[in-house]
Amino acid sequence: MDLLGFARGPALRVALAVFCIGVLWRIVGFGLLRLRRDLNKPRASIARFLTRGLITVGSRSWPHPEFIPRTGAGEALGYSYHIGLFIVVLLFAPHVAFIGSLVGFTWPALPSSLITVISVLTLTLFLAVLFRRVTHPVLRMLSNFDDYFSWFVTALVLVTGLANTAHIGARYETLLALHILSVDLLLVWFPFGKLMHAFYLVPSRAINGALLGRKGAVS
Amino acid sequence: MSSDDDGLTVGGMLLKHGVSRRGFIQYCTAVASAMALPPWMGPAMAEQLRGSPRPSVVYLSFQECTGCLESLTRSFAPTIEDLIFNSISLDYNDTLMAAAGEAAESARAQAMKQNFGKYVLVVDGSVPTGAGGAYCAAGGRSAVDTLREAAKGAAAIVCVGTCASFGGIAFADPNPTSAWPVSAIVDDKPIINVSGCPPIPEVMTGTLLQFFSTGRIPDLDEHRRPKVFFGNTIHDRCYRRPFYDQGKFAKTFDDEGARNGWCLYELGCKGPTTYNACATLKWNGGVSFPIQSGHGCIGCSEPGFWDKGSLYSALSTAAWGKAGEVAPRQALELAAGAGAVGVALGVVSAGVSRLRQHEREKSADDGQQGS
Repeated sequence: MDLLGFARGPALRVALAVFCIGVLWRIVGFGLLRLRRDLNKPRASIARFLTRGLITVGSRSWPHPEFIPRTGAGEALGYSYHIGLFIVVLLFAPHVAFIGSLVGFTWPALPSSLITVISVLTLTLFLAVLFRRVTHPVLRMLSNFDDYFSWFVTALVLVTGLANTAHIGARYETLLALHILSVDLLLVWFPFGKLMHAFYLVPSRAINGALLGRKGAVS
Repeated sequence: MSSDDDGLTVGGMLLKHGVSRRGFIQYCTAVASAMALPPWMGPAMAEQLRGSPRPSVVYLSFQECTGCLESLTRSFAPTIEDLIFNSISLDYNDTLMAAAGEAAESARAQAMKQNFGKYVLVVDGSVPTGAGGAYCAAGGRSAVDTLREAAKGAAAIVCVGTCASFGGIAFADPNPTSAWPVSAIVDDKPIINVSGCPPIPEVMTGTLLQFFSTGRIPDLDEHRRPKVFFGNTIHDRCYRRPFYDQGKFAKTFDDEGARNGWCLYELGCKGPTTYNACATLKWNGGVSFPIQSGHGCIGCSEPGFWDKGSLYSALSTAAWGKAGEVAPRQALELAAGAGAVGVALGVVSAGVSRLRQHEREKSADDGQQGS
């Protein structure tokens, strides 16, 4: 078996299995945790604090006007590279073929050259957020191995994908194998690092909002 | 094959067939150009060949379909390639030669003895080793024995076709005859692999011509294929490549994209991982090649291509099924199985956490009551 066969065969199979196990393990484990007892009297009806939870999911998606001058640029940077990633992952024809082979249906793709441009922009934004993280004193203090490794595995997918598209550095099949292996690595790391925010983002905001709503606070 | 032409140099042979020196130099220049050799190689090649005695070639056919030989003989006639091949001394080829039986085997033995250490051995087909080599035998001798004997006196071995080069279809799982490529049997001779199922005629003739004219093995890639023909992927040189770059792909073999000549990547084209000259030299005198005819490349010049999954699955798709292709149902089964394990682990870990939380709260309550 050659490297490409290994990457899209056994390695991908194991990576997908680890991804599914890990994601459900953490979601179920998280979802079944018991909240700490709150002995305070509820300041709002159940319907209201559940509504506050849902509202918080949206209201926390952009900084409060007071904080925009300080954090707006960072937030915009974050949104930009996330949008770039979504476009590259979901709208590049070979990716559509890949996902389609697993889920059984496909959708229209964007021109490959446009995807290349978006990939380069996204990678540039990736470097910018890394630069910001290591130069910002507070962010640097808050960062640990998980932050840097999660950045690394995601950027690695982008770099190997670009090298594969541009045929830089090695033969196409080697580059494609390395690209798929980097995706395999990302899938394995995903459930156990901060990449899980993709699944935790909405429920954690909703729970925070609901708890604050129960206390009568507006979040 | 033995004839009145025996003993003539290539130059004398061409002259006898009415090919002028100028015409021959023009041909060699064209061949050198096609092989991306330096411009001075054309005349040098012509001079070297003209003064050389006709090189002896022994062509052995083993576990094969004769498609490679069919391809080799499909050069457009009359062409100067035909004359070149009339001009080598093809001392043995059991399909083309008039002699048969003991006479043919005797001719081979005689040629190998007379040209020991100088002849070129061309091999077509894989070599079965199962059942003591009984799956392929001629003249009472197994293919593996014949190959070993013929390889001893060969200056070089040229494997034509994917079967001789990499084992081909006989080598594919489950390989019932225990077939092997030539390189697995012979390890002490220079080997040039001219893979393809079949190879392009001009790639076979060009490789032989380059070897005869320069007297040395051409630059080879890691699969021992001449880089001059196997240096680029078909995808790199494909006329449909602009459609790949634009993201325009045919979804089926008869949709609008297919009719407009869009890229066949999603229909399983293996052009990006296949190294061959199909997109440049093409077939039938440069008329067309499979992709131009509407079918994706199947990667026939790559090792183990039969076992690399479905010919109709895109290269970027998952491939771990028996047939190489992963059906959505298999992916769903994997996700469901792994998901069930994940849920079980989640329930257990949440239970443990709850237990610890309960113990902490209980000890906190006890502490408060005690104080």
